Amino acid sequence: MAVTEAAWPSARSGEYLRRIERLRRRATAERRWSTFSMWIGVGIVVLVPAISALGPLLGFGHPNAPNFSAILVPPSLAHPFGTDALGRDVLSRVLAATPLDYEVGGITTLVAGVIGVMLGGIAGYFGGALDAVIMRIVDVLIAFPFMIFVMAFVAVFGPGLTGIYVGLTAFGWAFFARVTRAEMLVVRERQYIAAARTAGLSSSRILRVHALPNVLRPNFVVAMATMVWNILTLAALSYLGLGVQPPTPEWGSIVAGGQTIMFSAWWVSTLPGLIIVLVGVGFSLIGDSVADRFGYDFRITV
Amino acid sequence: MGVYLIRRIGQSVLALIGITLVAFLLIQLVPGNPARVILGPRASVSAVAALRRAMGLDRSLLAQYWSFLTNAFRLNFGYSAVQQSPVASLLWPRLGSTLLLTAYATFVSVLLAVPLALASALKRNRPADHAVRLMTMVTFAMPSFWLGLVLILLLAVKFTVFPTSGYGVGVFGHLDSLTLPALALGLGIAPLILRTLRGSIVDTLGSEFVEAARARGLGELRVLGRYVLRNSLVASVTVVAINVGYILSIVVVIENVFALPGLGSLLVTSVQDRDFPVVQGVALLLGAIVVIINLVTDLGYSLLDPRIRLSGRN
Repeated sequence: MAVTEAAWPSARSGEYLRRIERLRRRATAERRWSTFSMWIGVGIVVLVPAISALGPLLGFGHPNAPNFSAILVPPSLAHPFGTDALGRDVLSRVLAATPLDYEVGGITTLVAGVIGVMLGGIAGYFGGALDAVIMRIVDVLIAFPFMIFVMAFVAVFGPGLTGIYVGLTAFGWAFFARVTRAEMLVVRERQYIAAARTAGLSSSRILRVHALPNVLRPNFVVAMATMVWNILTLAALSYLGLGVQPPTPEWGSIVAGGQTIMFSAWWVSTLPGLIIVLVGVGFSLIGDSVADRFGYDFRITV
Repeated sequence: MGVYLIRRIGQSVLALIGITLVAFLLIQLVPGNPARVILGPRASVSAVAALRRAMGLDRSLLAQYWSFLTNAFRLNFGYSAVQQSPVASLLWPRLGSTLLLTAYATFVSVLLAVPLALASALKRNRPADHAVRLMTMVTFAMPSFWLGLVLILLLAVKFTVFPTSGYGVGVFGHLDSLTLPALALGLGIAPLILRTLRGSIVDTLGSEFVEAARARGLGELRVLGRYVLRNSLVASVTVVAINVGYILSIVVVIENVFALPGLGSLLVTSVQDRDFPVVQGVALLLGAIVVIINLVTDLGYSLLDPRIRLSGRN
């Protein structure tokens, strides 16, 4: 299994060249595959909200309008995901929920990312006591059960989106901070930073203009993972009745709405989950192919 | 060992104090008067004032925190005005169910992850490896509550193998009713373990002692079992310990899906009722469990592997 130096044939033999050629071909194949899977991910992540924007044009009916002549219709061509107990088309409800889930996931990821990159960057660049304090907080946060953390904020602000926004942001920055700090420890030793220091630039300018832009790339992978987590957490909280309140469609609350009638109408609570999985896989594909391309060891999945 | 022990325990105590600080400050964040929020808009002014005094909210912040901290260390988590009961007596009866489910789920996830990781690592970059990786990507994106419902439909309704919900009677009744929740959790946690385990097996397969074992002519099964798996199991114990907070997060959700009488279902009703002392109590208890599990794993690990405590000294 282990490819040791001794196992390689002499550099002049044909076998050597053939081996090199095989390795090169595999690297090309891997790169192509990674680009391909990234575009699949981008396709999923863009297509789902694009289709949802078409909304009523798809002809499945209004997401919130009850239709008592079509109650609990099983999946069919007219209603691919069936209809719920009020005769509403489940697929159009799922699609209508897309902007909300993207919005909550996106805003919490972005704000957490900005806070995390700043604090992690400061911790890594300056080191010392500030670094120790910030990283201790990060360690405790990352170890703490995030669902309980976010729920505590929902208790504070009452069921609804405020607590979820605050909770997800207050938790999510820790991952960005950890990755940024590790990257900053490498970047701050680079010659261009030393050059900037010699030129007499202020610390804040070096940090903003020269150091931080160079630690952003790995944070993109963290952002993709955080996006998946935050959407899943929002769905879970809405499922538990702590997030988005009915009749506003949200992926988790649609599943919850179908649970009481699950044994007679299986489609209401099961099929919407497929969209959550699809979107999650989309973001993971993007994050992982970027991680592969730049050789980061913190991929989202295996 | 002594220095490492003191440092590591000191870290845990700091983490515990940090958790009490966050739990304490939460109630200070509540917009308006927490006593009014708990009792609702129709409660009389004097009742609200009385609860506010009983919760100690009229005292200085520092005095409040001090009594919160000392009470928490004496396992006194205050009084729930909503449930008319001390918080501690709400927590203890539910702790067992939550811990049992967590342990069962961890066991299931290791059971799922080990053979898959082995297959994936042995057939690296082959179809089996790609299949396993694709599967983990899909299960990672699956909402736990949804997976629970799908499993209920498949294994409890279609093929009536397990009960749909509830906690059962007696130890075997508990285990029987916990199997589906544990499976739902295990499928969610397995990708996490699998990722580290696969990497660790790949590293071990390339290590010199495995090469030496092969060179001595040991059978492939023996090499895998005695040399590769044993090393990798230690790695998976560490992964479980690091991710115990994540595991407890999904446990909280899954308990509600299967109507289990654990801390998670207590937490959700308390969040709905805005019963702050109970929310604080659950957060403190589960947070403390995470810290303690991490401490025990680290100390146990450093006993087995001296390199850990030596690197801790620098």
